Amino acid sequence: MAYFSIENLSISFGGLKAVNNISFNVEKNEIFSIIGPNGSGKTTIFNLISGIYHPDAGAIHMEGENLVGKSPDRVARKGIARTFQNIELFANATVMDNLMLGRHIHMKTGIFGGAFMFGKRSPAAREEVKHRERVERIIDFLELQSVRDQFVGSLAYGKRKLVEVGRALALEPKVMLMDEPSAGMNTEEKDDLTIWIGDIREDYGVTILLIEHDMNMIMGISDHVFAMNQGEKITLGTPAEVQKHPEVVKAYLGEEVIS
Amino acid sequence: MDMKRDYYEDIELFSSGTILFWTVVLLVALFAAPLILSNYHAYLFNLIMVHVIVAVGLNILVGSTGQIALGHAGFFAIGAYATVLLMTELSIPFFAALIIAAFIAAFFGFILGLPALRLEGPYLAIATLAFGLAIMHIIGHVELFGGRQGLMAPALNIGIPQLGLDWEICSEKGKYYLILSITILMTLFAVNILKTKAGRAFVAIRDSDIAAEVIGINLTIYKTLAFAVSAFYAGVAGGLFAFVLGFFDPFTFHLILSIIFLVMVVVGGLGSVMGSITGAVLITYLMYDLFKNVDEIPVVGDLMVAVSEQWLTVTGMDNFSMIGLGLVMIGIIIFEPLGIFGAWIRVKKYWKTWPF
Ligand SMILES: Nc1ncnc2c1ncn2[C@@H]1O[C@H](COP(=O)(O)OP(=O)(O)OP(=O)(O)O)[C@@H](O)[C@H]1O
Ligand SMILES: [Mg+2]
Repeated sequence: MAYFSIENLSISFGGLKAVNNISFNVEKNEIFSIIGPNGSGKTTIFNLISGIYHPDAGAIHMEGENLVGKSPDRVARKGIARTFQNIELFANATVMDNLMLGRHIHMKTGIFGGAFMFGKRSPAAREEVKHRERVERIIDFLELQSVRDQFVGSLAYGKRKLVEVGRALALEPKVMLMDEPSAGMNTEEKDDLTIWIGDIREDYGVTILLIEHDMNMIMGISDHVFAMNQGEKITLGTPAEVQKHPEVVKAYLGEEVIS
Repeated sequence: MDMKRDYYEDIELFSSGTILFWTVVLLVALFAAPLILSNYHAYLFNLIMVHVIVAVGLNILVGSTGQIALGHAGFFAIGAYATVLLMTELSIPFFAALIIAAFIAAFFGFILGLPALRLEGPYLAIATLAFGLAIMHIIGHVELFGGRQGLMAPALNIGIPQLGLDWEICSEKGKYYLILSITILMTLFAVNILKTKAGRAFVAIRDSDIAAEVIGINLTIYKTLAFAVSAFYAGVAGGLFAFVLGFFDPFTFHLILSIIFLVMVVVGGLGSVMGSITGAVLITYLMYDLFKNVDEIPVVGDLMVAVSEQWLTVTGMDNFSMIGLGLVMIGIIIFEPLGIFGAWIRVKKYWKTWPF
């Protein structure tokens, strides 16, 4: 069985079949990209995986376990982290606190333990320090040091997207879902991000599902590309194969050229 | 980067020497205050500190977690009644009774938190408001709770009488030290909670519940926890309040009191412990001192009394507390939605960059 797979996944909103009988396998530690025109159902697949939506039919398996029916927080505890297309950060918290929130499932301090955080040697303080060190490494990795203590709401768009990546990484996920991470970034930021996504796979050992509109980025870093349109699969293959597929050229790339 | 950082700095109680210095100054002043306070002012301070405890707890729910709550007089009542009844009916020592009462209030908070999982904004406001009213009416109808006649607080013995350890506090100033110590402790607890896992989870839920869920925060647990924590605070405050008043009846915990609590938090500054304290101090002073004794205000006092007699009801000065409260609230919302604490942060920023 594949490391991560979705099988015959379907969901409709009213009469609209947003995701229609979609299946694919993702191997451990690969970068698996999903492409398709606007409204084709890419984000909906992520929402189904995260447990935000529940499918009408189909299954989602990771390491042999079906994730369908689990609430989003349970899915997170299984080792799946994600970023959002329309940034969902904690705007009135600092970058540090946003990333520390990524450590939530790894921390044990309860309400009483927290209340009694008196002194450096209290269990709560020791746990805080330990996890802050970890988060600091992610801050260094994504070069967020200069905004470490700033409120996320005041950051530029590109930085905020990065903070989301950092927060997802802080979960120490097995699988990371990235929904258009490069949207709104300038070329330089995109180049950095492309390298970091590679590092996240290599150094952190994360399996990555990536939704992107930037074809250069997709073709450069993906192991497999899944193309879809209007909730249905068009094709699945290596970047080179998918790029040549006539329907992809028509449905997706064609539209890119026009717009 | 091989610069070694001490991450404890981030979470230290006193993040700078200046803060530590002023905290010590404030504490010395607070502990020395009874030397010059009149009995009346000791009573007023006690009332203020009790309200500080409520506001600090309520702000965790309203400010940090983003849940509206209009029924905290209910938890306050539970704290007061439970503490007194545990002492008088079951002879439980004061501190144990206070803690048990606070946990009872927290349990009710947890129960009220359950419907809150499905309610938002105005619906949650109505549900919590109904809770506050229900508590008041239930208490009024039960003989054990003293019915409409109310209850008398017993002697404030903070020892353990069963072991022959008696320590009875009779004076206002004695109560002042007791309440001050508990207020400081409860405030420190809140500061710490907000710096650790649960506090961050509360803020996460407020800012984006969807993102909170996908990073593994269980909304059911943390929303009900926020209700329970803030109810716990109100419970502790209620238990102390019983002894500040000495005598209370269901009407003491009227709906208006819930609203006053909420005003304290909004006026002081949502989501900030310092804001809660500022709001509680200011609103309590205005409502229970300044506006109550309008005729003693220099120059305008007599005029206001005349106005009251001429245009408002004959019941007198109570009008001014309500009008004053309304005006403060409107003023804050128009001029400083972040509350007094928000204004203070701005002033501080201004001076930091001045004169550049
Ligand atoms: N909660 C919902 N209720 C109703 N319709 C929805 C809902 N979520 C998604 N849809 C619809 O499902 C379709 C697929 O949406 P989705 O967001 O998955 O597209 P997408 O491929 O991510 O597009 P984009 O590239 O613009 O992000 C769209 O027509 C959208 O309007
Ligand atoms: Mg999308």
